[in-house]
Amino acid sequence: MAPDRDIGGTATNRYGMHSPSAPGPAVSAISIQQLYKAYDGLAVVDGVDLEIAPGEFFGLLGPNGAGKTTTLRMLLGMTPIDGGQVEVLGLPMPEGERAVRERLGIVPQFDTLDPDFTVIENMRTYAAYFGLSGPTVEARIDRLLEQVNLNDKRGARIDALSGGMKRRLTLARALINEPEVVVLDEPTTGLDPQARHHLWRQLRQLRASGVTLVLTTHYMEEAEELCDRIAIIDHGRIIACDAPSRLIAEHIEPWVLTVGGADAGQLLERELGPKDRAHQVADTWLVYTAEPERLRERLRALGRESTLREADLEDVFLKLTGHELRD
Amino acid sequence: MPGDHPVLPRPSLRFVAVWRRNLLVWRKLIVPSMLGNFGEPILYLLAFGYGFGSLVGDLDGMRYMVFIASGIICSSAMFTASFEGMYSAYTRMAEQNTWLGMLATPLTLDDIVFAEAVWAATKGLISAITILVVASLLGLVSDARALLALPVIFLAAFTFGALALVITALARSYDFFLYYFTLAVTPMLLLSGVFFPLTELPGWVQGLALALPLAHVLEIVRPLMTGAWPDAWLPHLAVITAYGLGAIVLATWLIRRRLLR
Repeated sequence: MAPDRDIGGTATNRYGMHSPSAPGPAVSAISIQQLYKAYDGLAVVDGVDLEIAPGEFFGLLGPNGAGKTTTLRMLLGMTPIDGGQVEVLGLPMPEGERAVRERLGIVPQFDTLDPDFTVIENMRTYAAYFGLSGPTVEARIDRLLEQVNLNDKRGARIDALSGGMKRRLTLARALINEPEVVVLDEPTTGLDPQARHHLWRQLRQLRASGVTLVLTTHYMEEAEELCDRIAIIDHGRIIACDAPSRLIAEHIEPWVLTVGGADAGQLLERELGPKDRAHQVADTWLVYTAEPERLRERLRALGRESTLREADLEDVFLKLTGHELRD
Repeated sequence: MPGDHPVLPRPSLRFVAVWRRNLLVWRKLIVPSMLGNFGEPILYLLAFGYGFGSLVGDLDGMRYMVFIASGIICSSAMFTASFEGMYSAYTRMAEQNTWLGMLATPLTLDDIVFAEAVWAATKGLISAITILVVASLLGLVSDARALLALPVIFLAAFTFGALALVITALARSYDFFLYYFTLAVTPMLLLSGVFFPLTELPGWVQGLALALPLAHVLEIVRPLMTGAWPDAWLPHLAVITAYGLGAIVLATWLIRRRLLR
């Protein structure tokens, strides 16, 4: 379990302290205490505490069904809260849903673009949902479409756009109200690597504007690439929460050796150092170790080549959430 | 009941943005849409009016064509609003995720469901207006009192739209709507006095018809279109309004339970 400095600590003294008229910036962009949600008696989110600072890029990482999306939906007022407190931009949810969503940009997991409209019409209609129209908004739409490289697609129908273009349009649409917090639910699932990198670049550009960004993902690379801090969530609980580099430093041995071959298991049983850990994934073995050279030499002496790499967030993730399949 | 959300919906004026979105889409498809709104009821009017008219002669002291014109206006508003509240609204809810997209903005589910009912009412009104124009050109409308029928039809179409949204909230596929058409819309069409006076039916069937909203719409609209004042319009209006309010509350509650769980 992580010795976590960011979660839980200040929970109790924030209860009931909300005052909507209080001046000055909120301490947290998002503050979640003891959040709980159950479906048919089964807890899906089970006591989540989170404080996300203004301007922070924060990632919620977890296997399928871990509770990421449900947490996010409660944050947005799209799922009733069964227990605990949620404050977004200092406003309690779900009571503040209208006021909160006015200041939020949301990129949902599934495409909700309006197929009856063209690109530009989608932008205008969405702006109208915020009560925005007129020359200022037109200028903003031009700028946003420029920003996501869709300016030459203004008149295109939605079904004529590629998956990557649809995601970029969804992002541009979510920025129409100049949000203070941008929330993305698995923003790049289903995109090819080019489209994914393109979207990451656009998200990184948001940093300059000072927005807070919250995303869920199960791509480690995405979390490492974009997030200042990551919470790993599983079975509805946060099991670790820190900067990616610190998660790696604290939770996993620095090196990973990959050993193949049918007899690798028996081999490792003999050769493994006292502090090394070995884990089988399909027909290869991963050895987590602080001293890779010793083992590597031993294996080489036995005529076996192994591949060495640095441990990454994926290793932390697999260590904390287990290797078994989730459906 | 999901969460502790209040049972009574509290739509805001923001609903207009949702209504306008539907209007903009409708404008793009105006030709096929108007053809459906307009063509079919006019065919009914002409076919039944001329076809039956010569056989039936006068009915309730008026030409059959005059009698049926006010019936077709009401049934057409009912059909148009019901279709919009079922097939079109279901598409936006379940197929296109339009409502989910809206819920990422300051719009609430209360706004969206209310807007859909008002939009269904709008389409019902559009169809009623087109038929009214044709009926006046054919000399089937007595005087300007007919214009007073339009707000009543708008209210009635809201009610039929809201009732359709209740069915949409429960539907798992488009096929489900056939139940409602077979068990509610068609009986209302045939038993509410659209094609012949309600009084021709056995007492218990009349009772059944008066338990449903369409008969009450006709009790107000037919006199207004044929140069008379409806008697006892208030109880009829009360039935239509009660159905409408009950349906919008139930539809919002059911759709909230379905989408925001």
